[in-house]
Amino acid sequence: MIPATAGQVPFHPARAGWTFVRPSVIPGFGLTLGYTLTYLSLIVLIPLAALFFKSATLPWSRIVEIATAHRTVQALWVSFGSSLLAALVNVVFGLVVAWVLVRYRFPGKRILDAIVDLPFALPTAVAGIALSSLYAPKGWIGWFVGPNGPLHLGWKIAYTPSGIVVALIFIGLPFVVRTVQPVLEEFEQELEEAAATLGANRWQTITRIILPRLTPAILTGFSLAFARAVGEYGSVIFIAGNLPNQSEIAPLLIIIKLEEFDIPGAAVIATIMLVLAFAMLLVINLIQAWARRRYGDV
Amino acid sequence: MDIRVENVLKEFSRYPALDDVSLEIKSGELIALLGPSGSGKTTLLRLIAGLERPTAGRIFFGDEDASSKSVQQRNVGFVFQAYALFRNMTVLENISFGLKVRPRATRPPRAEIKKRAMELLDLVQLSGLDARYPQQLSGGQRQRVALARALAIEPRVLLLDEPFGALDAQVRKELRKWLREIHDKTGHTTVFVTHDQEEALELADRLVVMSQGKIEQVGSPDTVYDTPNSPFVFGFIGESSRLPVEIDNGELWVGGRAIGLTSGETPKGNALLYFRPHDVELVPEGAALAGVVVASRRVGGTRRVELEIGGNPERVEIDLPFDHPAGEKTRIAFKPKRWRLFPTA
Repeated sequence: MIPATAGQVPFHPARAGWTFVRPSVIPGFGLTLGYTLTYLSLIVLIPLAALFFKSATLPWSRIVEIATAHRTVQALWVSFGSSLLAALVNVVFGLVVAWVLVRYRFPGKRILDAIVDLPFALPTAVAGIALSSLYAPKGWIGWFVGPNGPLHLGWKIAYTPSGIVVALIFIGLPFVVRTVQPVLEEFEQELEEAAATLGANRWQTITRIILPRLTPAILTGFSLAFARAVGEYGSVIFIAGNLPNQSEIAPLLIIIKLEEFDIPGAAVIATIMLVLAFAMLLVINLIQAWARRRYGDV
Repeated sequence: MDIRVENVLKEFSRYPALDDVSLEIKSGELIALLGPSGSGKTTLLRLIAGLERPTAGRIFFGDEDASSKSVQQRNVGFVFQAYALFRNMTVLENISFGLKVRPRATRPPRAEIKKRAMELLDLVQLSGLDARYPQQLSGGQRQRVALARALAIEPRVLLLDEPFGALDAQVRKELRKWLREIHDKTGHTTVFVTHDQEEALELADRLVVMSQGKIEQVGSPDTVYDTPNSPFVFGFIGESSRLPVEIDNGELWVGGRAIGLTSGETPKGNALLYFRPHDVELVPEGAALAGVVVASRRVGGTRRVELEIGGNPERVEIDLPFDHPAGEKTRIAFKPKRWRLFPTA
């Protein structure tokens, strides 16, 4: 007979059912999650929540009034519309740049590769000033495509919504290039060879084999470029001309409200931007998850 | 489709990967390109496919000069070692890809494409898996899809680059048999690259043994195995043992002793004696190869014995049945039943 021992560790049955944390062999879950949450709260969540609280100090009718004001709607339209357009241009342009950087060898390739990152490093105001002086009616490019240029195109880029798109293309360029580049580098040459032996020409190989494989990366680059463009302020205000209802972006409208000491008004516009941006990024993320299941590694 | 490779030279940045190679492949043949890595076998296969351009020389498909034709125009079926299936397409879409990308004039109607793909899926014994994605299949299944995809375009020649290299031994054996069956059923001229001699010996109608960018020997598996024409081929195909010998008076000598073998046509001087370790008979001491047993280990049903003969530092291996009494002895005398001599300079 085994004598009962006092102070023996009580026997626990194996834990059954749902647990909040899936048991893991990697230690440090509590520490890292705690750090992550604290960090995110201090830097991201609390400031954003403050925005909502500030907006909520206004009566509901006033919020609706600010949100539906013609100037606000126009500014949001300009902001999101030109960001979308710029991100789309960047997808095409960035794809070509990434293709050139990965697929060909040519002198100056490393320099070109480094130049791609410049829009990240340059103060955006500097970029805005440089772009606006180039694209202004008297600037080199502005004159060239303007009514007095050799082609008599009559285009006006700086100080119009087109100028905004140009600035946003500039600041968003690196995103698509840098997300697509590594995927393209890892792309197995054998797949292209297999397509060729099956009789596919280059165009069919690119559209049916290569592009589907790049889709998740392209979407990531697109959403990054888009998000960056929506929040851009510095470069745009120099080239936009900032005419209310025409070339005034939402971030600028927020600054104007702040300068008028209409802090709740600024908060309302900021909140609308936040919600819109969040919704759009969520949709892009869902598409991306779908694309990854469909085309990526499973 | 007959294929003729004429004096092909291929250089990769001045280094010759193929050096003046000529080869004739008969219609309906199953031919194996065999050689160690770097022997140029894959390069030759890729040249036939048109995935590489020869530096010099020409390649004929039948009577037609294919050298200047693009991969697309050559209409070859190519199977890669790593399958190279399109991950964004289902099995069925993979197989029909080659038909779908044809120009409208030669493209079969949609229903016909589907019917053909389903038939091929049947042929490769994967019926019912048409809606799967490649990543949901096992390695062996993937390679079958790759073969079906290559067959779908009704290729003039089927080229396989180490098709079973990425599979485990069991599946490899099974697919080997199955590939032979498919070949006999469809009758495509087939060229496959392998470094696995067993695979080549079992599967091929003819072997092409390659080394350092050159063809060493071409022949049926039996011919190449029984009468290798160079020390390289003897050493590369099948197990082999070798021993330096002297030839004098029409006899072979090792360390001043006659070993009871005649030299035949081989001229007087130094030579290397090659034989198969399992192709020996034990004899009483006398005019034979006699050596001290330095190591002995059992490998399944045979016992591999290492002998030191006449103080020669190079050891010689022979195979005995594992329960042979001679396996216990410290000294063994034997004679190779079949052997070849290659004079050394």
